[in-house]
Amino acid sequence: MKDIYILAYAQNPIVADAKAANEVELIMPVVHQVFKQTGFTQNDIGFTCSGSCDYLQGAAFAFVEGLSAIQTNPPIKESHVEMDAAWALYESILKIQMGDAETALIYGFGKSSPGDLPFVSTLQTDPYYMSPLWPDKTSLAALQAQLLMNNGLLTKKDMYEALTQSISNAKNNPNALVTAMPSEDDYLSADYLSSPLSTYDCAPISDGASAMIIGTEEAAAKLGLQKIKISSVHHSIETSNFGARDLSTSESIIGLGKKINLKSFNLDFAELHTQFSYEIPFIRGLLDLGNIDINLSGGPLAGNVMMAAGLDSIGKSFELLKNSDFHNGLAHASSGPCLQQNMLVHLEKIND
Amino acid sequence: MSEEKKDFFVSDISLSYQYTAGNATTRFLNKVAEGKLVAQKCPKCSAVYVPPRGSCPRCGVATEEELELPDTGAVESFTIVHIPIPGNPIVPPYVSAMIRLDGADISFLHLIQEIDLADIRIGMRVQAVWKDKSDWGTTLENIKWFKPTGEDDVDPSVFKFKE
Repeated sequence: MKDIYILAYAQNPIVADAKAANEVELIMPVVHQVFKQTGFTQNDIGFTCSGSCDYLQGAAFAFVEGLSAIQTNPPIKESHVEMDAAWALYESILKIQMGDAETALIYGFGKSSPGDLPFVSTLQTDPYYMSPLWPDKTSLAALQAQLLMNNGLLTKKDMYEALTQSISNAKNNPNALVTAMPSEDDYLSADYLSSPLSTYDCAPISDGASAMIIGTEEAAAKLGLQKIKISSVHHSIETSNFGARDLSTSESIIGLGKKINLKSFNLDFAELHTQFSYEIPFIRGLLDLGNIDINLSGGPLAGNVMMAAGLDSIGKSFELLKNSDFHNGLAHASSGPCLQQNMLVHLEKIND
Repeated sequence: MSEEKKDFFVSDISLSYQYTAGNATTRFLNKVAEGKLVAQKCPKCSAVYVPPRGSCPRCGVATEEELELPDTGAVESFTIVHIPIPGNPIVPPYVSAMIRLDGADISFLHLIQEIDLADIRIGMRVQAVWKDKSDWGTTLENIKWFKPTGEDDVDPSVFKFKE
């Protein structure tokens, strides 16, 4: 297996409503930024992969339009996942491992403001038995949160603490869409969107884009930058049939923790793709993270660009390792309702 | 049969969106509402795009410079439509054509009328026929169709995208 490094990462300022700006106009600045960080041009990129969801734009094959943001002449090797761009990163890693590329450009983008996100997300559930019932994203999350509470695994106080910690950490990310910090009274008395979740427990509707460049050891060495290695990456998915899942735990997350050997290194922090407050204490417990700092960037509760937020967990971990004394970071990305699919990434700072 | 057990139900799928055209295309559409066709030029390769999407996909850069193009051009390609499309108010047969405006490096789809269908050809010179000014909006439908100008045809080699 080849060693693969993250070479650059950029994130647009996350906004609640990007107004007239279209996806191309959101993607282009971040792609130019990662090129600037590396000195690369599109000609130095062996493989390009993006993550987005056509239902967000409301048009079939809308992701193809996004390609207008990057240079596609001479023709490029390119692919797309109808998922968070963390999975575009995964595909790029496979491409490099197979020897098809030395470097890859990854970007993810999402504009949630034009539609009704909780119901747009419904269309990503099983189209035969689930989506015709129109279960919205928030209600499905609430189902899981309520179950955890009923089982004594979660309290409103846990959720409040996760929320306030995230909002307070958002000061570390100049691109965060900073949301209001409620008092405990405000929090506890807020109306439910879907019991036990109120607006405070849900990541804000966000528009934006992010980009990343990865490469082999050779590509990393040429740049002479601080080396941040993708030491381990795994993902797994549970069934789309809710009735067949035990929502009070996550086989996927527990299994991934074992696969990346979480206990084999001294973890300094974790960036989790948690779109609801309850998911932070939930995953902390599942991975036995103790009192490790979670979401020092503020995480999705302080700005959640659909189809980019998972890549952002990885990108923010990369930035944190680069700019601190930390050595080992854990990044998490998720997809589907109630943390159906997950990815864990172990990032490591390599000192030559 | 009236007591037949129903083992299915119909669930409509409908979502509404507030569509945005993009900053660059918005500027174009606002000019169209004034009867002007404003293209955008690539700062690297000088390709001229109309309608503009704000980027040159060949170079991967934003197209900031704007220039007004005439409402004349030539037919780059066309098809004669004989089959009615549900919801389309245009009665077949009619011509859908890719129109390359003078000075542009890409073409866009529009209608050609005021001509015998048998006379349509690639390279034919055409000009826009605009709706009454009082009916203008932020749409290329401000142009009803294109009609032949009667000028000499252009050589199709001019449609090659410039290097």
